[in-house]
Amino acid sequence: MTQSQRIELVCPAGSLPALKTAIDHGADCVYLGFKDATNARNFTGLNFDPAQMREGIAYAHARRRKVLLALNTYPQSANWAGWTAAVDRAAEFGIDAVILADPGLMAYAAKTHPQLRLHLSVQGSATSYEAINFYHERFGIQRAVLPRVLSMAQVEQVVGRTPVEIEVFGFGGLCVMVEGRCALSAYATGESPNCNGACSPGKHVRWEQTPQGMETRLNGILIDRFGEQERAGYPTLCKGRFEVNDETYYAIEEPTSLNTLEMLPELARIGVAAIKIEGRQRSPAYVAQVTKVWRAALDRVAADPAGFQALPAWMAELNKVSEGQSHTLGAYYRPWK
Amino acid sequence: MKLSLGPLLYYWPRQSVLDFYAGIADSPVDIVHLGETVCSRRHELRLDDWLEVAAMLADAGKEAVLSTQSLIESESDLKTLRRVVGQPRFRVEANDMAAVRLLAEAGRRDWIAGPTLNVFNPHTLGLLIEAGATRWAVAPEMSGAALAEVRAALPTPIETEVFGYGRLPLAHSARCFTARHYNLQKDNCEFRCLGIADGLVLRTREGEPFLTLNGVQTQSAKVHTLLGDLSAIEGCAEILRISPQGSHTRAIVEHFRATLDGREAPAEALAASTGQMPAAPCNGFWHGRPGVEQFVPA
Repeated sequence: MTQSQRIELVCPAGSLPALKTAIDHGADCVYLGFKDATNARNFTGLNFDPAQMREGIAYAHARRRKVLLALNTYPQSANWAGWTAAVDRAAEFGIDAVILADPGLMAYAAKTHPQLRLHLSVQGSATSYEAINFYHERFGIQRAVLPRVLSMAQVEQVVGRTPVEIEVFGFGGLCVMVEGRCALSAYATGESPNCNGACSPGKHVRWEQTPQGMETRLNGILIDRFGEQERAGYPTLCKGRFEVNDETYYAIEEPTSLNTLEMLPELARIGVAAIKIEGRQRSPAYVAQVTKVWRAALDRVAADPAGFQALPAWMAELNKVSEGQSHTLGAYYRPWK
Repeated sequence: MKLSLGPLLYYWPRQSVLDFYAGIADSPVDIVHLGETVCSRRHELRLDDWLEVAAMLADAGKEAVLSTQSLIESESDLKTLRRVVGQPRFRVEANDMAAVRLLAEAGRRDWIAGPTLNVFNPHTLGLLIEAGATRWAVAPEMSGAALAEVRAALPTPIETEVFGYGRLPLAHSARCFTARHYNLQKDNCEFRCLGIADGLVLRTREGEPFLTLNGVQTQSAKVHTLLGDLSAIEGCAEILRISPQGSHTRAIVEHFRATLDGREAPAEALAASTGQMPAAPCNGFWHGRPGVEQFVPA
């Protein structure tokens, strides 16, 4: 992998308007999902039916951009055919790559559609070059998305020891756990990111004004309680306030977004192939704002890596759409751990 | 049905660990998983120590298995993994695809597909069997019905192990939540988890025990137990796994053995063991429900 290669900007498309917005604002690729449990953002009102997907692919391809399909949940024996049908449909539609997590499904895709490009989803939980090379040797994956758990030095180690392109998360909601290995949502609600494609799903959420404040519950479990001056957040269970040894705090993670913009020169230097923006559940306005800033930053770093600086105006724009209006470098920055 | 002891998930002082396994040597477990699977900073026992414990248990007639780390982050994690895979004497439980690759590459045909490998369908399991897996430890979140479906669809059966008892390992992170609780960075954690025998309980703001912080691992606060569901498991699995806890592990093992042998009624065993558990029981995952629930089929 050459270090001078251009980093691709991979943007979220939760809907057709979001897809068009991402393309119009400079995304190199968009990623999307079908309206079912085959993808890890299986939320009501989100995602694409077949007609919308065809239209989205045509829109992107007419502008020489790519469309990636997330098929990144784990099929069960009973619903296996639904997942293979999704792979078949994607190939038929002329998708540029499918993003998979399940090895069985990868084997199916590699055998049935040898021309179809395979990416390893972050849901595949591959955190080392040994794991990534396993998927490369067995199924010919060409890109892997890293979970948000490695430091910059560890990412560099992975990039240097695999022929597979490496994609990292650049901006958006921060998943603190190794994706694909988190059953917290399943424990609380019975629905899991792995199998149902949803974390802390909306149908289990309850908001209740009480004398103690606004309470947010997930399947009856109190996730957080907010005072009058506080803005009540969505009850994502790892971002709630809990008590440990009689101390109440964000015991796992604050509601904050990942933002690695200031690390772009470093990501470019170590040879990262693509940056992923999280947020298929967010609005087209979010997609526009974030894509615009990252397009500008990526163009700047390609033109002048040594002179690159994350402009305060960019950071301010991104903070406006960040969770809790704040951001973190997450695990890329060692002290975060 | 065989009983296995899962890997020790907590960080206990060296002597406590050695004493614990010495006490397991004549207990009615058939299989013992050894090794550090949670955090590479935990060094009370190193691989050579684990190998000694394994030899002692093997001499006592147990099958000793070396379990690999669930989250591989650094080159030194891989180095440890290569040493575990490279030792020829004991079977290895692969808890990450890096381990699967190394085991297959080494030509090992005797390894165990661990519970963190995300095996949810017969196609994926078939690939692992082809790569040399001869036992499958099922992810705790998989229901009994889904497990039965996978097994029925396999062309050749594989020995199967179900998580039968213990706090549920639910998630792994790069971040150490124990260090965070003490306002320390992970790189300089002062090994605060050392000696917290059952992890730190995380409660909701109503005081309800919800999760357990165990370093980089998050577990359930409730104790998953299938003591009341044993008749349904027979036919679905050949091995039941018991996860070690700070106290009463041996007594729990005895309850399972006695129930499986028909010497103790399931309801009585469940009631008696409840007093020996660090928290309330749950079994929802087995029934395809939220894991936190204690479900009694109608």
